[in-house]
Amino acid sequence: MTTRIVELRRGILKKNDELAAGLRNRFTSAGVLVLNLVSSPGTGKTAFLERTLRELRARGAKAAALVGDLETDNDARRLAASGAPVRQINTHGICHLDAEMIARHLEGWEGVSLEGLNYLFIENVGNLVCPSSYDLGERIRVVLLSVTEGEDKPLKYPGLFNSADAAVITKIDIAEPCGFDRELALHNINEIRPGIRIFETSAKTGAGMDAWLDYLAEQARPS
Amino acid sequence: MHELSIAASIVESVTESASAYPGARVKEVRLRVGALASIVEDSLQFCWGLATEGSPLAGATLAINMLPVIVHCDACGVDTEIAGVQSFRCPRCGELAADLRQGRELEIESIELEEPDAALPDPVEEQV
Repeated sequence: MTTRIVELRRGILKKNDELAAGLRNRFTSAGVLVLNLVSSPGTGKTAFLERTLRELRARGAKAAALVGDLETDNDARRLAASGAPVRQINTHGICHLDAEMIARHLEGWEGVSLEGLNYLFIENVGNLVCPSSYDLGERIRVVLLSVTEGEDKPLKYPGLFNSADAAVITKIDIAEPCGFDRELALHNINEIRPGIRIFETSAKTGAGMDAWLDYLAEQARPS
Repeated sequence: MHELSIAASIVESVTESASAYPGARVKEVRLRVGALASIVEDSLQFCWGLATEGSPLAGATLAINMLPVIVHCDACGVDTEIAGVQSFRCPRCGELAADLRQGRELEIESIELEEPDAALPDPVEEQV
């Protein structure tokens, strides 16, 4: 018997990364800004997205959403009320979305062409661990954190918080009764991802939505 | 939680690479995994057993080299390893350091193959 060492130096998720790079090229040439929304279950991703879609529409922008869940199309039906095209992705037990699922759900999406969109939102499966390794071809990864979750969430899930490009604090209308320590939360986010843009929002009252929508418009502008 | 998907991706990738060496058995797969890669070592080892079972990689060991986070500090102009993943500050000056130089790796570094000596019959056949 002889032993041989073969150097591979290859990304474990190389296939996903290649597929995601291809998607990113497609999105860029179509001129659509793609965002990947990630949070724990129950943070309020869907409510936040619903309001975002509604307000973008009011501003005359064209937006669509792909929404990931293990089962049910409840979120897609909720989001469709905003008037935006929405497509559900059911992962049937898989704890994250991957680039292949995105590519597959972009095919045959009735009435939607990437060229006709300004924004495409991808609502990931509620999970703060697994989605961090899977590039979906997005340009902006948004991590959401609600005031009910505890200010130390960024410290508990540094892998995901560190990979985000923007952070959104949700449900600020109930911050006070929840005893939410705003300063501490902002500090912790910044310790894990120094300099990240942070938006403090309420999908219910609309607080903070203007700053968020301005940011989207700014990011969507061709550079 | 996604370690099973990761293990399955490793099996697929290594099986493909090892096919270039007919008759060889994969003895060990060596990984480089950054502290921010969201991988639980024990969980990946557990899933490795499941993912390799009944595959050409059955019996191969998985060696995981966990890499600490290294940040680049603009003020000091140097790359430094930080302790843990709770605060991204330069250990020298204490300033926040957003520029990550290591910590997100999730890669197969190398594989160790056991190959039959040329003159001997191939022992791998029976196992496949």
